Amino acid sequence: MQIDCPFCGARDIREFTYLGHETYIHRPADEAWSDAWNDYLHNRENPAGMTRDLWFHGSGCGAWLVVTRNTVTHEITGVELAREASRHAG
Amino acid sequence: MAELIARSAFQGLLPLRFGNVEAVEVMAATITSVSPFRGQETKVSKALEKAVGVPFPDAGRVIARDDVRAIWTGMGQCFVLGADPGPLPGAAVTDQTDAWGALAIEGTDARAVLARLVPIDLRPDVFAVGHAARTLFGHMACVLTREAGDRYGIMVFRSMAGSAAHELEGAMRKVAARERLQ
Repeated sequence: MQIDCPFCGARDIREFTYLGHETYIHRPADEAWSDAWNDYLHNRENPAGMTRDLWFHGSGCGAWLVVTRNTVTHEITGVELAREASRHAG
Repeated sequence: MAELIARSAFQGLLPLRFGNVEAVEVMAATITSVSPFRGQETKVSKALEKAVGVPFPDAGRVIARDDVRAIWTGMGQCFVLGADPGPLPGAAVTDQTDAWGALAIEGTDARAVLARLVPIDLRPDVFAVGHAARTLFGHMACVLTREAGDRYGIMVFRSMAGSAAHELEGAMRKVAARERLQ
């Protein structure tokens, strides 16, 4: 498996570390406990199909990436920088 | 007053020569990391060029002028080798001179040796002269550069110099052994 890093090009999976679903870049704004915090910390979908995950290119350029991939076919259909994905989301 | 004796990172470990491939230690007078803060990239690149003669390189590239090189070393970071840029407003600048061990590997089979250690596409037209990559060297993080047709530069954390020389020697021995069979 390879991930096409926006800086480095297609790189082997061994250079990357997996964190989890992209939910982690959509942190609730409020400080007080709420259902949004509960969802942020605990609730995840487990799709048979497309999902978006955070990967860290730690043995490469050090970028955090949002990778769009298919859990059934293992096909990767998109890679973008997490900071840009975060900016687009507001 | 004690007289301290400077020890280089690969002292007693390099040079190595097997078959047509030779690995030698490379000493950089200075290594400085330059990381522009967000939005300051253009300003810092201009200031860097004014200070040492080389601008901030594009991702995966090396820019060399005379004895000074700027090597891209990751997202928003480059290493300046051979000249001290001094303070650069708008950037985090740190001295890295003693933090890295650097070596050069050269020879007809240098690429075959690296192919056993580095998980990137090393074909000459893909990883061309003047290219740089952050990748793995065995299990170690490294900065890899292609300096000439058959010559590559490798930088690893100084504390990993012993492991790097060990990994390199194994790969060099195996490539040389295969060469002897042909």
